[in-house]
Amino acid sequence: MKNNNIISLQGIVVVYDGERVLNGINLDIHDKEFVTFLGPSGCGKTTTLRIIGGFVEGQEGDVFFDGERINDLPPHKRKVNTVFQKYALFPHLNVYENVEFGLKIKKVKDTERNTRVREMLELVGLRGFETRNINQLSGGQQQRVAIARALVNHPRVLLLDEPLGALDLKLRKEMQVELKRIQQSMDITFIYVTHDQEEALTMSDRVVVMKDGDILQVGTPQDIYNEPANAFVADFIGESNILDGVMPKDFVVDFAGRTFECVDKGFAPGELVDVVVRPEDIKVVAPEEGQLSGIVESVIFKGVHYEMTVDVGGGSWLIQSTLSEDVGTCIGMMILPNDIHIMHKEGDAK
Amino acid sequence: MKHKSWAFPYSIWMVIFIAVPLLLVAYYAFTDEERRFTIDNISRVGEFTPVLMRSLWLAAIATVICLLLAYPLSYMISRMLGSRRRTLLMLTILPMWMNFLLRTYAWMTLLENNGVINRVLGWVGLGPFQMINTQGAVVLGMVYNYLPFMILPLYSIMTKIDATTIEAARDLGANSLGVFGRILLPLSMPGIKTGITMVFVPAVSTFIISRMLGGGGNLLIGDLIDLQFLGNAYNPNLGSAISLVLMIFILLFMSIFNQFGDEEEMEGSLL
Repeated sequence: MKNNNIISLQGIVVVYDGERVLNGINLDIHDKEFVTFLGPSGCGKTTTLRIIGGFVEGQEGDVFFDGERINDLPPHKRKVNTVFQKYALFPHLNVYENVEFGLKIKKVKDTERNTRVREMLELVGLRGFETRNINQLSGGQQQRVAIARALVNHPRVLLLDEPLGALDLKLRKEMQVELKRIQQSMDITFIYVTHDQEEALTMSDRVVVMKDGDILQVGTPQDIYNEPANAFVADFIGESNILDGVMPKDFVVDFAGRTFECVDKGFAPGELVDVVVRPEDIKVVAPEEGQLSGIVESVIFKGVHYEMTVDVGGGSWLIQSTLSEDVGTCIGMMILPNDIHIMHKEGDAK
Repeated sequence: MKHKSWAFPYSIWMVIFIAVPLLLVAYYAFTDEERRFTIDNISRVGEFTPVLMRSLWLAAIATVICLLLAYPLSYMISRMLGSRRRTLLMLTILPMWMNFLLRTYAWMTLLENNGVINRVLGWVGLGPFQMINTQGAVVLGMVYNYLPFMILPLYSIMTKIDATTIEAARDLGANSLGVFGRILLPLSMPGIKTGITMVFVPAVSTFIISRMLGGGGNLLIGDLIDLQFLGNAYNPNLGSAISLVLMIFILLFMSIFNQFGDEEEMEGSLL
């Protein structure tokens, strides 16, 4: 195994009540990277995390940690710690005692324990909260206690199961930045589970997109966004227009009743494909100048841009533009070859 | 509170059915047959110290056994899902639907010298054992009758303990013993206290169980009180005195017990 991998999953299959939750997952996680498992609920991302944490045992496959097979190692002996979805703080202990828990179990000496707990409370910005009761804290503060409680044990890998799900938008954004900062200052691996694509793109070094117990794509946020492996990924990551198309030959694609130039090749001649065009990649021009034209159906102000739905020969397109057009006007649309993403129809992809 | 006045009928109820009887007991305890003040009754209670001690001792044993049986069972039930959980809980409560006397009679016929158990043992060449009319039989009767009162409070507190709390403890390095000692026990402490109170208090003052299963040699304080009112020893003044002393013992026990680990109770109730 490559020395850079801290965790390696090989052929993990998990079956619950006859249902395959994980379909033979293969994944290498590098040391000190921020990896996000991204997917809709029920895609198996949390199960994958629990496999690593030791709370779920796969029916097939192996889990390696630092090159060592740890399938049968119980959670309390693994060098990973978890931040649980609903924090799972100990209600009978105060903030300090919660953070101290893991060190007490490991019988770390009093003075060292004290230093480490205080250091950690400092890191998550909870100095002065030591004697607070858990239920006197806000959601965001509880979140920080949960993170401190896990990190104080100096795990090699921190698992985070949708930790920001219960927080409001503003707090969530703050915590995203905060988490990234903590990960960099602790210099350890973070494995983060979320269904929020924006969160995944913001924080991750690599994103693992999952669906129905399969990994669809692994890559940097840029890769995932710019070169989605299939229409599902494209749709899940950001807004997309997904259209049926045909590739008559390399660098040419027919869709929306027109022929476009594109940069993709290697498809079978005449293959049916999914064509993905990002709403922000469509340029609004005068009707006669456009490759396509359509009637504006609705306009929504989104702050930075306007989001318009445009009727193009019966199909509805999403367009983002900094300029607004009146509903009912006819507009022209331009798409550059580089912005047309061609992918195999889902199902043929793997 | 807007509806404070609604509690008024209840306070009348409390005065008539709780305060007045208690005062009557105290009155009887400190008077003789001619209604003159005396402390003879109270001082005579000392004669029954062995019986009182036996009552406290047997009730304590029964309470401990109930706790040991009910704790793992309640935990298991609380971790189960839906219909299995309901079925098992129902099964543990089911005996309570049967008449108390009937249940205890059933144990008599089981434990008798030529009862069911001894006969079955006889077929395989064992026994007969003396089971009825022993202290063991009394403890058995107490455990059997009061076990549900231990299970229910434990179960209801344990269902409030989130499974992820336990997972978090394991994640942080706690083995099974650590999870039990650091998480389960402190979080279930309010249930343990309620359970102990609900078993110990009725067990210490029971009289039917001891009379039916313990025979004449294992009278408890409850039997003694019963005899002063309905038995040959008819002496309501002495009976009241014994009741009063017993009550003081129970109150003493409860207050000591509730002092112990008050913190946990407070935090537990906030769950």
